[in-house]
Amino acid sequence: MSAGRIEIRGATLVDPLSGREWTGVLCIEDGRLLSVGEPVAGFRPDRIIEAHGLVACPGLLDLCARLREPGYEYKAHLESEMSAAVAGGVTTLVCPPDTDPPLDEPGLVEMLKYRARGLSQANVYPLGALTRGLQGQRLTEMAELTEAGCVAFGQADAPLQDAQVLLRAMQYAATFDYGVWLRPQDASLARGGVAHDGEVATRLGLAGIPVAAETVALSTILLLARDTGARVHLCRLSSAAGVDLVRQARASGLRVTCDVAAAHVHLSEMDLGYFDANCHLIPPLRSGRDRAALRAGLADGTIDAVCSDHTPVDDDAKQLPFAEAEPGATGLELLLPLILQWAREEGLPFALALRRVTTEPARIMGLPAPALAPGAPADLCLFDPLAAWQVQPGALRSQGKNTPFLGWELVGQVRYTLVAGEVVYASAPG
Amino acid sequence: MTAPNPQLDSHGRLCHLLTTEGLPASILQAILDTAGSFLTVNAREVKKVPLLRGKSVFNLFFEPSTRTRTTFEIAAKRLSADVVNLTVATSSQTKGETLLDTVANLSAMHADMFVVRHSQSGAAHLIARHVGAGIHVINAGDGRHAHPTQALLDMYTIRHYKGDFRRLRVAIVGDILHSRVARSEIHALTTLGVPEVRVIAPRTLLPMQVERLGVSVWQDMARGLEDVDVVMMLRLQNERMNGALLPSAQEYFRAYGLTPEKLARARPDAIVMHPGPMNRGVEIDSAVADGRQSVILPQVTFGIAVRMAVMSILAGQVEP
Repeated sequence: MSAGRIEIRGATLVDPLSGREWTGVLCIEDGRLLSVGEPVAGFRPDRIIEAHGLVACPGLLDLCARLREPGYEYKAHLESEMSAAVAGGVTTLVCPPDTDPPLDEPGLVEMLKYRARGLSQANVYPLGALTRGLQGQRLTEMAELTEAGCVAFGQADAPLQDAQVLLRAMQYAATFDYGVWLRPQDASLARGGVAHDGEVATRLGLAGIPVAAETVALSTILLLARDTGARVHLCRLSSAAGVDLVRQARASGLRVTCDVAAAHVHLSEMDLGYFDANCHLIPPLRSGRDRAALRAGLADGTIDAVCSDHTPVDDDAKQLPFAEAEPGATGLELLLPLILQWAREEGLPFALALRRVTTEPARIMGLPAPALAPGAPADLCLFDPLAAWQVQPGALRSQGKNTPFLGWELVGQVRYTLVAGEVVYASAPG
Repeated sequence: MTAPNPQLDSHGRLCHLLTTEGLPASILQAILDTAGSFLTVNAREVKKVPLLRGKSVFNLFFEPSTRTRTTFEIAAKRLSADVVNLTVATSSQTKGETLLDTVANLSAMHADMFVVRHSQSGAAHLIARHVGAGIHVINAGDGRHAHPTQALLDMYTIRHYKGDFRRLRVAIVGDILHSRVARSEIHALTTLGVPEVRVIAPRTLLPMQVERLGVSVWQDMARGLEDVDVVMMLRLQNERMNGALLPSAQEYFRAYGLTPEKLARARPDAIVMHPGPMNRGVEIDSAVADGRQSVILPQVTFGIAVRMAVMSILAGQVEP
């Protein structure tokens, strides 16, 4: 791929790493930023992008986006979801191993990476299965999977019920300093549940998942992380009590990171309304108090990153009574506007908010910090921070059209996405 | 919670009966008033009125139930409707798909009304969202969520024996957690102005934050029954009796079975209700079930009139 020379003019440059915001040009050559802010004498661009009114920032990194390949091509396929990623300004994403078959063999990982590379869009980093078939019994060949391209190892939403296996998995991963990404949920306490065990589930007659399902599992993981020294990342926190546990663990010096899904930053159990199956999510949307604690944790850095938890689900799987409807929602194209909304609501500068979808996820993935700096890869997102748009199925490139945000008016729309100096997405305004 | 109430049309008229929650008291009272007028029909030699002549009522039962289905069938037939009974055996894999597919197919046969029972909470709401305009859905029980006609016949019974709701103290006893009847009773009672609704159950059978529904929570049954005017018992399902929820039916009966001694703590003129079918010796002593304070059989009689009322109001044949 021979990337051309591009000059981006007039954009407000927002660098989450340094926290700087200023106006200037970006010159791109050979897939990298040649200069940031100042024009380069004698630079002859092949293409000029007039970006007045737009914000330019490093492309987003999404810690959890399901591409549904292999195995669930009827829900979505790589083409549609990779296209959704760049439409959402996401230039790097992690796909969890809950494919069919699960990503537990190097061949599967290589094939996925090969297919993704062929599309020349976002960079795809598979998360390898921690146990074979995600069955929670035998470890996968983590060294080979790492060589094949896995960024870390996890169980996605499959429960790991055996604490001894968890201990061994952490010990083994720690031996080679592989990351272990776990969503804290005790399988027995969550058994049968489909919604937060609170007022709304009581009213609707839905089986509840208590907060203890998260905190009991979290306690186990945190204790074993301390014992083994494993590099643990906690996925999709959902409760105030969970945020407290992580805050305490970090205060006592434990090296753990964690993320939250964008939906949980904005929604609560109240959004279930009259059994809205689009709000059937994993973990469940909890109380308003829990949501407030997640937002506070995000603001004070207890929660490092926000991810889309992108899960395309077909209509047939959603047009069911709430408990039977498949959990999950499309999210890649909503991540940026939802982060911007959070920033506006909390009065945070964009640079600080964007850290949660750029700098921090990169650190969790073990990648160099994305930056607007000369020499950095030209993975960029240019968005209009004032453009309002309505979330409608037709406005989404993802094959998954189901989201609790259907009908919402969001502010902030991606205009251009560049990966390695190539324009991989461009939209006309309006 | 910005979605409009799915049970009311744009003029505020009842178009589906899915739950007693969120319905104005005036609609609940109108159903009870209309039921009163149908009671006389049921006592006549010729027990038929032509209000639903030419209409098709489909009893769509995804969960077996003889009793409820029969009362709906009788109610529809007394209104001269054509009744089709469908008991749809379901496997958990195909349940949902057949649900909307079945409804679409039956709608194509020009159904006017669906009476739906399903094991999943929210099934009736889902169907109501997908049927065409002019088709009415009556929830005959969805999972743990709601059983509005049962609650309405209970309200009729209470009004019949006790008159003014606004001076009553009512206790609901038993498996609140799994009970759609309890939820619908609570909403109906609080909407109709009952000032004190108590729920009495062991903590394993109480849903989280149930007090948010406007009830007080009691664990000690004898104290909870103190001075109540109405005792509403709930059925305890067999599968809940010996496990992690309860150690045994015997121990449950000791603590939460309604015996004459416990009933003596209530007001002397208190009535005892049960939605049936009863487990004698588990939640209720036979001496109470068959005793002078029991109104369990009248409940069944009123049930038909209440279902006739709901159907005729939905069909627009009776101005509420």
